[in-house]
Amino acid sequence: MLRNFFIGTLLGLAGAAAALYGYNVNQVREVSIVEVIPDGGNRESFHINIPMDRIMIGAPGQTGTLPAGLDWPVDEILANVRAEMFKIRNARDTVIGVAVRAAAKGGDEDIIEWVLHLPARGSVLVSMEAAPREGGYRLGEIRAGSREFSPLHGFMTERWVANNSEDEDAPSGHIELMASYVGEHQLSDDEEPIQ
Amino acid sequence: MKFVIALVLGIITGAAIFAAGIIYNPFTAHRGLSPLLVTDAEVITLNFSNVPAESIVYTNNGESLQQSPLARALRIWKAPIRSTSAPHPAKVLQLWEAPIRSTEALATVMRDARSQTVGIGFKFSSDSEKSRLLFGEAIADSVWYILLPGQGTFFIEQTENYWPFLREVAFPAWRSSANNWRGSWLGDMTTGPGALGTAAVSSGSGRQKGVQMNGLESLSTRAFSVDSGLVGAEGRLIIEVPETKDEWVDPVEPTDNTATP
Repeated sequence: MLRNFFIGTLLGLAGAAAALYGYNVNQVREVSIVEVIPDGGNRESFHINIPMDRIMIGAPGQTGTLPAGLDWPVDEILANVRAEMFKIRNARDTVIGVAVRAAAKGGDEDIIEWVLHLPARGSVLVSMEAAPREGGYRLGEIRAGSREFSPLHGFMTERWVANNSEDEDAPSGHIELMASYVGEHQLSDDEEPIQ
Repeated sequence: MKFVIALVLGIITGAAIFAAGIIYNPFTAHRGLSPLLVTDAEVITLNFSNVPAESIVYTNNGESLQQSPLARALRIWKAPIRSTSAPHPAKVLQLWEAPIRSTEALATVMRDARSQTVGIGFKFSSDSEKSRLLFGEAIADSVWYILLPGQGTFFIEQTENYWPFLREVAFPAWRSSANNWRGSWLGDMTTGPGALGTAAVSSGSGRQKGVQMNGLESLSTRAFSVDSGLVGAEGRLIIEVPETKDEWVDPVEPTDNTATP
């Protein structure tokens, strides 16, 4: 009987170790829809359906708050700050991440920045131009990225596209984000940098 | 029959010994002091509340609202804070879609050392596929976006290890009859991607624009509940700021303006 108890103890140790070793976190991955562009790099589009993908609008002096019950801090330093949080979708209209858009006026420069967070891939920071360009879009530069995005540079545009559909459940429009990635060229051992 | 009972009791004993070994393994104890805590360089220190109910917005998959106590206890191993905290405000959109189900989003006020509001911070945090509980690694991949009006913005990329928190706060709370923990726990959450266990900090705008920096997030906990998550806690972000760019002189191509002899 003692031998059985001893064997059981070993089995318990081994089983628990195997169970914990086999335990993995697996992020759900949507296949990236990336387009190769002729002059180098890749292009990927995201969009945000308004109002259903909006998590938060934070701005001073709002009449209605989103979400209901939001208590935006009343402080002079945040007087010119507007921040929004969204879910973001890929070209197949599947939610693949979350994002924040922040805008601040004052000081030396006006700030408009996006941070996109795609759990299975990484995150990216984009600084946008303060003024929109002809055609209603705003251009921005990728400033930093994490994991999959860390070696990438490039640009992103944002544009509001109103919805012309008469469907009652249709969104009022969507924010279109078009990212163009360019990888950093890695020098091989026998290659010398161009001066 | 008694042989089968002995075998089953042995298996239970073995599993219990293994669990105790994992939880009390001295080799997965707290890391030492972070280099950023003893740096001579200028640092920016930002304090914030880590309690969801004290944040501007906190949202996750909302499972804590529905799951049973047993399911919550099991999930606590995976995401000690996310599994237990309810979204705030109550009617905020929840992150229930499969690709963002293991993600949490936080918006909070950032304060300086004198408790003055200096800006606003957003944190996105997701369970990491690098987690290996067997080796004491309950990892989350997270990013901070911090907007400090008049100073600029910071993007902080980090991996966090929740294992010390799990071991020293969440597990004792789960074990207690009241399902909560009170005390004083202070730990550095950041474990990478920097070689010295620091976060990678970039700036999109402002005085530090384009500068690469190091950062550290720490968590100070006073109360934790298995049912509602963090009850009393404060977070701190430390960003090491390098010398001002204006003072930098290219050592390779000295110009007439340099002080190089």
